[in-house]
Amino acid sequence: MSNFPKDQEFLLPASNAFIAMTLLVALLLDWLPWGGVWQALRPDFVALVLLYWCTHKPYRIGIGMAWMVGIFADVADSSLFGQHALAYTVLAFGGVVLHRRMQMFDLRQQTLQVFPILLITYVTYALVHWQLHGYVAWAYFFGSIVSALLWIPLTLLLQVMRVPRADPNEL
Amino acid sequence: MEQTQSFRFFNRGPSPAVRLVFFGLLSILLLFVDARYKYLESVRSVISVLTYPLQRVVAAPAALWHEAGDFFVLQEKLLHDNTELRQQRTVDAVQLQQLQALRAENQHLRDLLAVQQRAPYPTQLAEIVYVERDLFKRKLFLDKGAQANVQAGQVVMDDIGVVGQVTRVYPWLSEVTLITDKDHAVPVQVLRNGLRTVVFGSGDTSELMLRYMPNSADLVEGDILVTSGIDGTYPSGLPVAKVGHIERDPAYPFARIQCSSVAGVDRQRQLLILSGQQNLPEHPEAVAEGGTDKHKRGRGRR
Repeated sequence: MSNFPKDQEFLLPASNAFIAMTLLVALLLDWLPWGGVWQALRPDFVALVLLYWCTHKPYRIGIGMAWMVGIFADVADSSLFGQHALAYTVLAFGGVVLHRRMQMFDLRQQTLQVFPILLITYVTYALVHWQLHGYVAWAYFFGSIVSALLWIPLTLLLQVMRVPRADPNEL
Repeated sequence: MEQTQSFRFFNRGPSPAVRLVFFGLLSILLLFVDARYKYLESVRSVISVLTYPLQRVVAAPAALWHEAGDFFVLQEKLLHDNTELRQQRTVDAVQLQQLQALRAENQHLRDLLAVQQRAPYPTQLAEIVYVERDLFKRKLFLDKGAQANVQAGQVVMDDIGVVGQVTRVYPWLSEVTLITDKDHAVPVQVLRNGLRTVVFGSGDTSELMLRYMPNSADLVEGDILVTSGIDGTYPSGLPVAKVGHIERDPAYPFARIQCSSVAGVDRQRQLLILSGQQNLPEHPEAVAEGGTDKHKRGRGRR
C-alpha cells in the first residue's frame, strides 16, 4: 500500500450532485462545435469523466449509469439509439473491472491503462457504424489518443475539486 | 456514506460481467430496432426537448464570437462590400427583367402544351445551430423544426446551390444531411447536354462522385450538374455540383468522375429550406425502388 496516492485518502465523499454536474459539464463539452482538424482530435470528455467515476467510485457510477448517459449522447448526436450507449457500457465495464488495479498505479501509469479501454470504446462505436453503414473514418481513432492524454489533467482537476477546502486539523 | 459502503460485501447486485451483457444486449436491441424499424423517433424527440436548451447554451459562445466579429468589421470592408453588392444588384436586376419576360413566355408555352405547371417554391430562412461533430457524418442542425412546418425530405440550399436535405425533424430543430454525406444520392442532369445521372456524396467535405458512368459518357471538366427533378424530392434545375477531375481507365467499366459541390456546403451560416414539394403521381408498384429512394430512409443500404 506504500505507493497508494497519499492525497486520495483525504478526498471529500463525492456527492451525487457533484457527480451529476461533472457528467453534465462533460456532455456540454462534447457538444461544443468542433470543426476542421480539431474534429479529428476531439476527445470524448464524457467517456473520460465516466471512466474516472467508474474507477474511483465503481459502486456508485457503474455500467447502468454509463448506459443512460450514452442514450443522452445518442440523442444529442443523432446517432442511432444504443450506439454511444453500447460504447459507454463497454467503457464502464473496463473501468469497474480494472478499478483496483488503477488504484495501484500513479497517474502516468494509469494513462497506459486507460488508453486501451478508451480505444476499445472507440472501436466499439466505429464497429457499430461499420456494421450499419459499411465504412469507417480512420481519423476518428485519433480522438482516443487525445482522450488518453487528457486523463492526467482531468484526474488532477477532479481530485482538486474533491479536496476539502478548510484544513480539518484546524478545529 | 463512504464508510458504510465498505461493509456491504454481499449485496452489490449482479456482477459487472452480467451487467455488461445485459446493457450490451439492450443497446444492441435498441440499435436493431432503431435501424430497422424507426419506432423510436418519438422517444428521440422527447429526449431532444431536454437536450435542446443545453445544446443552444453550448452553441452560444460560438454564436457570440461570430456576432462580435460582425461588430468589429472594418468600415472600409463594409464600403467595399456595399459597392460590390450594388453592382451585383444592377446586374441581377437586368437579368430579373429578362427572367420575368422568360417566365411569362414559358408559362404561355406550357399553357399551349398543357404541361403541368411549375410552381414557385416558397422558402424559409434558417440558421445553422451547430454542425455535426462526428467525423462519420456530414450533418448539420438548423433552428427551424416542426414548429416552423419543416418536414423531412425538404431540400436545403444556399444562395448558389443545393446543400442537403432535411432528414429528421425535432420540435425546434431539424437535421440536415449534406449532399456530401457518404452514399447520399442526388438525381442530377448535366446542364450542357441533359445527360441524366445520380451524384453521390463521398463522405468528404465538398467532394462528390459520379458512379456508374461509362467511359464513353459525354462529360467534360467544368460541366455543371443540376437537379433533374425526376425523383420528386428535389425540384428541377437547382445547381448541385461541378465536374472536376475525370479519369477514364479502359481497365475499369466505369469512369472515375470527381465533382465539387457548387454550394458552400461547409461555409454558410444561413440556409434556405425549400418548403414546396412536388406532387407527383404515385410510383407504379411493380417497379423495384431505385437508388434515389435510399436517402429518404435516412441510412444508406449496401
